[in-house]
Amino acid sequence: MNTPDFSASCPIPISQYPHVLMAHGGGGKLMHRLLEDIFGKAFSNAILDTRHDSAQFTVPPGRLAMTTDSYVVRPIFFPGGNIGSMAIHGTVNDLAMSGARPLYLSCGFIIEEGLPMETLWRVVCSMRDAANKCGVQIITGDTKVVDKGKGDGLFINTTGIGVIEHEQIISPQNVQPGDAVIVSGDLGRHGMAIMAVREGLQFESTIESDSVPVYEPVLDLIKAGIEIHCLRDLTRGGLASALNEIAEAAGVNIAVEQKLIPIREDVHAACEMLGLDPLHVANEGRFIAFVPLKDSERALEILRRHEVSTGAALIGEVVEKTAPLVTVKSTLGVNRILDMPSGEQLPRIC
Amino acid sequence: MKFLDEYRDGDLAQKLAAEIHHVTTKPWTVMEVCGGQTHAIVKFGIDEVLPKQITLIHGPGCPVCVTPLEVIDQALEIAARPEVVFTSFGDMLRVPGSTTDLLAVKAKGGDVRIVYSPLDAVKLAEENPSREVVFFGVGFETTAPATAMAVFQAAQKGLKNFSLLISHVLVPPAIEALMSSPNCRVQAFLAAGHVCAVMGYEEYFPLAKKYRVPIVVTGFEPLDILQGVLLTVQQLESGRAEVENQYVRAVTRAGNQPAQDLVKKVFQVVPRKWRGIGEIPQSGLGLSAAYAAFDAAKKFKLTDHRVEEPAECIAGLILQGLKKPHECPAFGTRCTPEHPFGATMVSSEGACAAYYRYRHHDMKEMAGAK
Repeated sequence: MNTPDFSASCPIPISQYPHVLMAHGGGGKLMHRLLEDIFGKAFSNAILDTRHDSAQFTVPPGRLAMTTDSYVVRPIFFPGGNIGSMAIHGTVNDLAMSGARPLYLSCGFIIEEGLPMETLWRVVCSMRDAANKCGVQIITGDTKVVDKGKGDGLFINTTGIGVIEHEQIISPQNVQPGDAVIVSGDLGRHGMAIMAVREGLQFESTIESDSVPVYEPVLDLIKAGIEIHCLRDLTRGGLASALNEIAEAAGVNIAVEQKLIPIREDVHAACEMLGLDPLHVANEGRFIAFVPLKDSERALEILRRHEVSTGAALIGEVVEKTAPLVTVKSTLGVNRILDMPSGEQLPRIC
Repeated sequence: MKFLDEYRDGDLAQKLAAEIHHVTTKPWTVMEVCGGQTHAIVKFGIDEVLPKQITLIHGPGCPVCVTPLEVIDQALEIAARPEVVFTSFGDMLRVPGSTTDLLAVKAKGGDVRIVYSPLDAVKLAEENPSREVVFFGVGFETTAPATAMAVFQAAQKGLKNFSLLISHVLVPPAIEALMSSPNCRVQAFLAAGHVCAVMGYEEYFPLAKKYRVPIVVTGFEPLDILQGVLLTVQQLESGRAEVENQYVRAVTRAGNQPAQDLVKKVFQVVPRKWRGIGEIPQSGLGLSAAYAAFDAAKKFKLTDHRVEEPAECIAGLILQGLKKPHECPAFGTRCTPEHPFGATMVSSEGACAAYYRYRHHDMKEMAGAK
């Protein structure tokens, strides 16, 4: 995560303040130093550097898209990412689901007293790297410190603004019979990566999170003139929740086929072992696209050109206008219902 | 995935199904004992490729479902104590007791943790000497050896802050209870492969003989289950009632001897109440006298109490194979996985939850047609 122009070591001397103190959120000199030396240094840009109460900026012509998300993940660092990179990718991806090019982010930190300063620095550096990669600027922010025991180390909220530079209306209501359902890559990696680290489960290989920004392939689809009816980020609840939400909103029957859904071998094995359904497991860098069948081949070709969506696959279609329903065809050729998961995913007994 | 996809192959499944169609001439009722098999049957739609004459009924082999309400209430009582770290397999957390469930106890501040092995609970006890670590030991013969190993290791380490709330159950007495019931419709059994991997299948010979039922030890993948059904129907059609082993890649006649020895050492056979069915003699495992110090119910001086099942819930009839989940008036309406009346709606292996998750589209279609 280190970049050449950036020191990997924390700019606030460890010997002085190895941990975040309540005073770092108290409005005085310590807070000023935290803002200047950590956030100001990492996120520096012309708008942020004015140090005003609110950021002032101009936007290019077009409709705007705005979204907000809060990030709470334990552990803060996991294979394939951390809470910081996730807080950038997640919000940028939500903007991308409107076909928006991400421009600006705000970010709010809620830090638990006692968080190692080095940890905060690593997270902030990783946010900076992720933001640079996505071409977004962090232009305003906020920091609060809460008492030890009142937080889980670090919570981050990011709000994003993006510009929509096309005329398409991308929305669940536009989904219609005959649409192809395309998934941008293999499923379930983020959820299983987190679960493996959190629960100390050891598999033969390390499953790393799929956390990546996906706006580039999306913007390419639009540029190529693909008629996109709907896009949906696959996060908590996995593919099953996303398909059900769209079936509900559009009043359609969506049919997918189990053997077409890409799932990596190690994720599949881990899910089998724990009695989880990979279609219910969380992702952080995957989306589904509904496009007319005639555009599906071309859409797949475009997606597969991008590293973040090389594994794109056609997994099913929208069958008809009906009471909302999602079905999945088993390897035996029998259709079953694919429901949203009930509550948290709990591993099975045996 | 290797060693798994082979057993889910669609073409081979169709061939087996065709063979079953070919040999079936009369209607037959077969019970799959294990909840894991029920889950696979409903998930893959195995029953839908079988001849109409074959009825599969879903047996009581879901450990979450048959753990009695009283024991769940005891778990809730222990888990709410401030000094306790209560550890359990994941899917017990959502099972409703008479008033609440473990997830709600956790939300109110109880220290409830999911473990993947009972040995994780022993480790927790070692690492937290000032806390009382309790493990919720449920399950059939499959999980009993792991629980026994936890007790055995805790005893060896001299741990005083570790105990177990035990509600282990045994399969053969349940089959006996079902067969001796006057309402029994079952003509053959698919025995639970993983139970037999531990226990072998010697104990099924007297049952097959006494009740003249074919018993086929069966695995959990679609091809296993189809082959199990085929072997069963072949026996039924030719008037045989034998014990056969479909699951040869995991099960031997004698089973896993060291595991059985450990279970015998740590546990004793006791009468056990099954949720929805009632008490079955000699159908459970409790800690033997030598390990009684690890009994959480005794340690926390829990009193015996009787709790009535919700009157509307027909889980008992479902666990005995007398009703199908969708025949319950509350199914999918007032009783859902989010608001379960009974445990069969909670565990993913429970027949009601399996039907709800994979089958309520019939209902949705009806709703759409109105």
